[in-house]
Amino acid sequence: MTSVILIDWLEAILRWSAPLIICSIGEVYAERSGIINMGIEGIMLCGALCGVAVCYYANSQVAALLACLVLGAVLGLVVAFLTVSRRTNQVVTGLMVNMLATGGTEIVFSMMAATRHNRATTFSPLFPEAMQQIPFIGKIVFAQPWSTWVAFILPFIAGFILYKTRWGLNVRAIGDNPQAAETAGISVIKVKYQTVILSGIFACLAGGVLTLASSGYFAAGGMVNGRGFIVMAAVVVGGWDPIKTMLVCVLFGAADAAQLRLQTIGSAIPNQFLQMLPYVITIIALTIMVKRSRVPKTWGAAYDGRKD
Amino acid sequence: MDNKAYALKMQGITKRFPGTLANDHITIECEHGKVLGLLGENGAGKTTLMNILYGLFRPDEGQIFIDGEEVEIQSPSDAINHGIGMVHQHFKLVDTLTVIENVVLGLPTMKQVLDLAPAKEKLLKLCHEYELFVDPDAEVWRLPVGQQQWVEILKALYRDCKVLVLDEPTAVLTPSESNNLCRAISKITAQGKSVIFISHKLREVMEITDNVTVLRDGKVIGTIATKDATQLKLAEMMVGRAVEIERRPRAKVPADSEPVLVMKDVNVYDERGVHALKNFNLTVHAGEIVGVAGIDGNGQRELAECISGLIKPQSGTIEIKGKPVTGVISDPSFLGFIPEDRHKTGLVLDFTVAENLIIKEYMKAPFAKKGILQYKEIGSHANEMIDKFHVKTSSKDVAVKTLSGGNQQKVVIARELNPEPILDIASQPTRGLDLGAVMGVHDVLMQERERGAAVLFISAELQEVMALSDRIIVLYSGENMGDLDGDTADQAVIGQMMLGKRI
Repeated sequence: MTSVILIDWLEAILRWSAPLIICSIGEVYAERSGIINMGIEGIMLCGALCGVAVCYYANSQVAALLACLVLGAVLGLVVAFLTVSRRTNQVVTGLMVNMLATGGTEIVFSMMAATRHNRATTFSPLFPEAMQQIPFIGKIVFAQPWSTWVAFILPFIAGFILYKTRWGLNVRAIGDNPQAAETAGISVIKVKYQTVILSGIFACLAGGVLTLASSGYFAAGGMVNGRGFIVMAAVVVGGWDPIKTMLVCVLFGAADAAQLRLQTIGSAIPNQFLQMLPYVITIIALTIMVKRSRVPKTWGAAYDGRKD
Repeated sequence: MDNKAYALKMQGITKRFPGTLANDHITIECEHGKVLGLLGENGAGKTTLMNILYGLFRPDEGQIFIDGEEVEIQSPSDAINHGIGMVHQHFKLVDTLTVIENVVLGLPTMKQVLDLAPAKEKLLKLCHEYELFVDPDAEVWRLPVGQQQWVEILKALYRDCKVLVLDEPTAVLTPSESNNLCRAISKITAQGKSVIFISHKLREVMEITDNVTVLRDGKVIGTIATKDATQLKLAEMMVGRAVEIERRPRAKVPADSEPVLVMKDVNVYDERGVHALKNFNLTVHAGEIVGVAGIDGNGQRELAECISGLIKPQSGTIEIKGKPVTGVISDPSFLGFIPEDRHKTGLVLDFTVAENLIIKEYMKAPFAKKGILQYKEIGSHANEMIDKFHVKTSSKDVAVKTLSGGNQQKVVIARELNPEPILDIASQPTRGLDLGAVMGVHDVLMQERERGAAVLFISAELQEVMALSDRIIVLYSGENMGDLDGDTADQAVIGQMMLGKRI
């Protein structure tokens, strides 16, 4: 009995972490270039609805993901225009995007009655069903939808790009010293646009994965339920490194999965406290870890070009 | 004359900023393989001119020729493509990246996937060629400032620049590093590259340059061959009058003068755990200026901050007039503190002149009554201070950041010294000021001495320490290297002590 619960929990950890990890990739790039995209919570919510809706009506997962990609890019572009070109306050901008997304998805969802009762087809596992029969790890690893596998490979690619490519070097330079990057002949504004648009794309895709890799339906405003904010914390705790951030995402995913399971097996602790678990862990992790990591020097600050 | 003869010619460059004419029809000419000195006080327009050359500003009028061909420079990448390399006064390096990453940053020839091995090889070759040694894999923030400058120079050479601009390069260098720089410059010019050397230090300009163009108030005062120039002549061209920092005449400090500041066996570790002050002993008497000489970063900041109570020493005692220093000293009649960085710690740049003047006493009468600020009192106090300390400002109500460096410093001095403290600490009070403003600061400190205040004067400029101090101590690596009499101290001896030799 306990091993069934354990297997179920470990399987859920991987599945729950996947959207967090995907979302964190873009946010790491944006914050490394100095822009905090706080709108990822809302963009993720849009992605969750977009994925389900397109998948259901077009009956195509490819179309759903493409739609998420385009929607994410557009929303990222909006955030980039505001925070990079108009130099608006990044916190206020993010809050605004999140509120718009909550209201916007609510309206759109209410017009799509059909998706309420019918599930969209969810992602299939990457490996043949026979492999799920392998004791213990079969259920945990090989039952995972392909999106989970992608999520756990992405941080390594993202790390390579950040540390080993010219573009990654530009991103790191811009977040720490945009004036230096500008004098070295890099277009600071262009790179910031690129990273913020990427953060939009990844957040939107993460939303799509959130719904299409598990339930297959959208559940109104509470769908994303602070995952975007958890990702923001994970990026800070992970020291703006894609792989470390992935590990933190897994930790948060574990807490989330644990509280759900503890609720169902009837723990003596009240539900409300269990639900707080992931957030409590986030706060504890932030307090312990933040001092140790090196913050991008212009983190959250507007860049106005020629100032010395 | 044929423009082709010049590696770089800037002709008739004019740049207006709101309210000022920063560059007024400036023409400079730099020959192949020669060093052109650009001499002028702060605010003379040197940096503006160079920012135009580097594409950071657009000129309102004027043309730029490179090898006789007119070019348009709209951005730093244009400048780099035209073979212009620049080492800015405030380095443009990304601290958290390694040396080699900084060198290849923005290079269009790098492949998308970085292959740093050949780049490192090329950099090391340049290091050897110019004898400017740096470790390509070191993170820049770990390097001493001198080496950070080598990185900047190597970065420009790596891009195969034809004209290298050095903006106040020696300000951050030790004497031996300055020699390295001179050697590198002669190697650079030997290859037919040209160097523009910006400075306000006459001695260096005399040593390094072939020609000198002197700027004042945004205009070219004249260009002369260095071999025909003398320091005195250049100084006169630069400030428009004869100048020299001479030792101030003074009466002897009475032998029975009361000790005001007494430090005994003080040890301070800085935030990184470096032993910043080592078993430090010092006594400063009333009516005496004690000058602290030494190369920047040898414990000067920690010395000033532990006396003012901003940092706590790990051991030892500090007493001011018999009272131990236990926390930040807030009584302005006790301690006047002119901090070394007037922008970061001396002033709130966005506050007005009047507000900055009361920032230490804003909660006390007459500036506040029952917690409410009395702007009438604050205003009349500000006007009084502006008159008394000759602060040049359009009004007491403008943001202090709009004032020139010298006038900003006067605001700090007015706030700190007007309450007539018994101890003054002036930490690098003349840094970045032009000669006129430097003299003003010296005058004020001499007046403080006459008033009977104990003055601790910390400066990296040896000449002014020697001009002003009754006694001179030398700081090296957190140690007091010795106590010299100001009247008889020898510059060469102090120079040796600054490098760690005990004499």
